[in-house]
Amino acid sequence: MAMTGILRPGHVQLRVLDMEEAINHYCENIGLIETDRDDQGRVYLKCWDEQDKFSVVLEPSDRSGMDHMAFKVATEQDLWRFESNVKNFGIETKRVPAGELNGCGERVRFVGPAGHTFDLFAEKEQVGNMVGTTNPAPWPRGLKGMEPIRFDHCLLYGNNFDENLKFFTEALEFQLTEQIMDGDVRLAAFLTCSTKAHDVAFIRHEESGKLHHASFLLGSWEGVLKAGDIISMEDIPLETGPTRHGLTRGQTIYFFDPSGNRNEVFADDSYVYPDSPVLTWTADNIGQAIFYHSRQLVDSFMGVTS
Amino acid sequence: MSVQISIEDTGDVFPCAETKHLLAGMIQLGKKGIPVGCRSGGCGVCKVKVLSGDYISKKMSRDHVTEDEERQGVVLACRVFPQTDLKLSVIGHLQKAIMR
Repeated sequence: MAMTGILRPGHVQLRVLDMEEAINHYCENIGLIETDRDDQGRVYLKCWDEQDKFSVVLEPSDRSGMDHMAFKVATEQDLWRFESNVKNFGIETKRVPAGELNGCGERVRFVGPAGHTFDLFAEKEQVGNMVGTTNPAPWPRGLKGMEPIRFDHCLLYGNNFDENLKFFTEALEFQLTEQIMDGDVRLAAFLTCSTKAHDVAFIRHEESGKLHHASFLLGSWEGVLKAGDIISMEDIPLETGPTRHGLTRGQTIYFFDPSGNRNEVFADDSYVYPDSPVLTWTADNIGQAIFYHSRQLVDSFMGVTS
Repeated sequence: MSVQISIEDTGDVFPCAETKHLLAGMIQLGKKGIPVGCRSGGCGVCKVKVLSGDYISKKMSRDHVTEDEERQGVVLACRVFPQTDLKLSVIGHLQKAIMR
């Protein structure tokens, strides 16, 4: 098996101010599928092509933002190995019991140097991807909204940026794929645990623990355009797009959920192998790095987090 | 029915329908004065203090507006639906995101 250790983003738990509005946004407009609810009022969602029971958890709260992001590891041995790596890096861990989230096994929890809560887990109930495993159809009928394929990554803003990057590459064994450099100061780090352009990315920031966006993969540029149509039809706050990123090459559109958490849907980004060189964007070209066509930064995109 | 919104800091005045939040009223007329962020009560950049007038407000993130502040008329413009003419001052600002 070529892919070991941390496999992928397993889920993100987002805090929402109004659950009914949030469900309408994530299920009817983006097009995720509800798979469960629990006695804390949390609602569990997945995209159609994901095997695991959930990839997004909506948590009722009086604050917006990200409660935690979780990564799935390949085996239980990996879970304990990474727990030890995190401790050896000097970061406390705790164990969240199996079943605290419905269908999810025991989790190892820690707060990264940039102030975000992360969990690792090895087990999650698999409910299947809606097309089965025998003679599977290419896509299921009856999808809603933007028809996202999977929860793909989060972009996070935080302080202690350099320490956080060291933590992710050394303790969690992520690979740096792309970066924005201002001289010898790194402003942005895109990281993968797989062969994706990013599974998580960080931007140097003065506040700790902020969410920039949670992102979902679509099948095509046409899908990104259709997402833009839905955003206008449903009066969803659009931020920017459809356009293309320089970083990751993704075709993208950004908008906000009804609690002010930013979402992205995108298609067609790049990929890496373990021997791929790190791609560098220079700060004097940051406009093109972020929005390839307009080459202009968008104030809210740069400065607004939840 | 629309009412008049006055931003003390800039002297800007714009009409806003009672069914639209302050920020939507401002944006659709191409006006500026209040910073625009998530437009959903989560990011806090459109924080304002209402100096006079009546309004209805929707839930906003407690990270940005405490209960005390809310009682004193400190609100997020994207969650405020004016019921009468309003005068307000701007508190929020867009942060510089990328820090060296």
